[in-house]
Amino acid sequence: MSEEWKPVEDGTGISRRAFLAAAATAAVAATAAALAPMKDIADLPSLEEFLRKHYTELTPADKAAIIARISEQVEKKYGVKPNLTDPPPLDGVEFGYALNIGRCVGCRKCVFACVDENNQSRNPEIQYIRVLEMKKGSIDVESSTTEYEGEVPKKDSYYMPVQCQQCRKAPCVKACPVKATWQEPDGVVVIDYNWCIGCRYCIAACPYGARRFNWQEPHIPADELNPEMGLLSNRPRPKGVVEKCHFCLHRTRNGKYPACVEVCPTGSRKFGNLLDPNSEISNILQNKRVYVLKEEVGTLPRFYYYFDI
Amino acid sequence: MVQHLKDYSLFVRRCAAETIRGDWRYFLWMTALTGVALLGLNAYCKQFVQGLTITGMSDQVSWGLYIANFTFLVGMAAAAVMLVVPVYIYKDETLHDVVILGELLAVAVIIMCLLFVTVDLGRPDRFWHMVPGIGKFNWPISMLSWDVIVLNVYLALNAHICGYLVYMVYCKRKPAPMWYIPFVFTAIVWAFSIHTVTAFLYVGLGGRPYWNSAIIAPRFLASAFTAGPGFLILTLQIIRRVSKYRIDDKAIMMLRNIVQVSMIINVFLLFCELFKEFYTDSAHVASAKYLFFGLHGHYGLVPWIWTAMVLDLVALVLLVLPLSRSLKYLDLACVLAIVGIWIEKGMGLIIPAFVPSPLGEMVEYFPTLNEWLICAGIWAFGMLLYTLFLKMTLPVLTGELTPDSTPSS
Repeated sequence: MSEEWKPVEDGTGISRRAFLAAAATAAVAATAAALAPMKDIADLPSLEEFLRKHYTELTPADKAAIIARISEQVEKKYGVKPNLTDPPPLDGVEFGYALNIGRCVGCRKCVFACVDENNQSRNPEIQYIRVLEMKKGSIDVESSTTEYEGEVPKKDSYYMPVQCQQCRKAPCVKACPVKATWQEPDGVVVIDYNWCIGCRYCIAACPYGARRFNWQEPHIPADELNPEMGLLSNRPRPKGVVEKCHFCLHRTRNGKYPACVEVCPTGSRKFGNLLDPNSEISNILQNKRVYVLKEEVGTLPRFYYYFDI
Repeated sequence: MVQHLKDYSLFVRRCAAETIRGDWRYFLWMTALTGVALLGLNAYCKQFVQGLTITGMSDQVSWGLYIANFTFLVGMAAAAVMLVVPVYIYKDETLHDVVILGELLAVAVIIMCLLFVTVDLGRPDRFWHMVPGIGKFNWPISMLSWDVIVLNVYLALNAHICGYLVYMVYCKRKPAPMWYIPFVFTAIVWAFSIHTVTAFLYVGLGGRPYWNSAIIAPRFLASAFTAGPGFLILTLQIIRRVSKYRIDDKAIMMLRNIVQVSMIINVFLLFCELFKEFYTDSAHVASAKYLFFGLHGHYGLVPWIWTAMVLDLVALVLLVLPLSRSLKYLDLACVLAIVGIWIEKGMGLIIPAFVPSPLGEMVEYFPTLNEWLICAGIWAFGMLLYTLFLKMTLPVLTGELTPDSTPSS
């Protein structure tokens, strides 16, 4: 069996060879034509980006280099030098959120403050907060609409804003095949935008529709860019990855309120440290009528809805 | 050892040489498939550059045609087991000669599955994050990580079994049981696992009531064991027409029995699911209502699912009646069943889970032309692979290609 097998040379062998050569040439040409759209590609990752390790495995030096690189990219693209930091979770802090369903008037100021703060794409539009206009007499979300217009509040409606519920048992974290999303010690579920593979299993898993996907390159006008950025929060995201509300962690880990809390004209939004018994949030959980959304799916949200008595 | 490797690579090269021989029908078929595959590649390049925005998917319906095809094809791949079980467990020799053809189909189809998952990724450049060891694999927590493992191992198992057994035929040696029996039995269990794990991918999501049903995995298996052997019934008849490989009608009739029983179970389980949804009539029925009757003025999937229902039922009736002992009607039944199940286990299973969205939004999904082209491209590429595999294997199985034979040109 060791002798080499050689094709038999006969009259038809030559023409077959010619035929196959022609076919191969045609195939190569057709393949090249098929690949032609690739010449327009603008966002191929650099080798450093391609080989970047998972966020939790980065050394402080790695992180500094990444922050420098992203800052440079942002400056090049938007002409603004960002203040990009990576604030760590604070000891003894677990963030919680409470929303007064009785006071919310559905003005959507929170939606737009969030877009501005978190550098969300304006085209296509990405918004982390959905405000549901609910029919009085029903808690069924199917009776609601997010596309209401005109003056608010409407007489027959009440309003239920929904954003990431920062679940203690987060289905999205379970779903992710590459650990690109996880829960930080302060309870915030974050995403490593440089690790996400864009499979969107987390979107399928989320019972609150809180996650957004960058279906194309996000677009933000340069003059609207917020230069105060966190690595795991509001720095510009690439195409093809998932993003969502992160409790404005670049603000809240520095002692500020999330943008939506700050902007709310009715004071319906409350935020604070669940571990501090004297915080406003702890006070609400103890003294108000509180519920969580979709309790039956067992996600144990850190986002509560409440109403005054 | 080195000699073995040399012999094996010579065997592979000689088999490969078979793929550039054939009559004009073969070349026409291959050219057509290559053309469609390249159209798909072209469409994918566009998607790669622009992003998934050129699909019909949205934040509300975040999975579409790709994952639908993936789900259906996992079933086709698992179906090889339906040929293996009679031969290796019940020692029934009727299907002995076609087992290898089923396993080759499994190899081609798993590759299609992997391609469908890949084209669905937003960041295909980061695929290595999923590779155990060098990436960061969320195993055993994420069902998707399980799916990656079971699919790749199933691919390896079948590739090994086919490669080894065909080589032994080529060498005219009796295969050594230790080199294939353990793999065959592992593959049997594994075939069930690929389907079960893929079902669990959906079942495990508490936020999607349409999927959160224990019956999904058995339903998957039943429809897989219908569509897979159904596809083989059609393929085997083509093979025996265009090659010298003898395939008995008896083998096809045995496959008919398998398809028949699976189809009955498939329709029964579907009925169980529908009863639970519609008789209970709780809030959970919304997705099923959208699928079958439309919801809040949205009817996108209604024509699809009723087409599938009619096809399934006609196929069922044909398969149960003695009529389908005639190949003509059996072929018709198989085609109807495959198309019906493709709709029902593809679009019919994936899309409704997203409509209405968890926040009650009604956003429908309609695949774009680019998406269809990518899907057609992957299907064509899979068929191309399967044709190549058959072209390489059949001359060995018929005894035309042996270590001593001189290649005909």
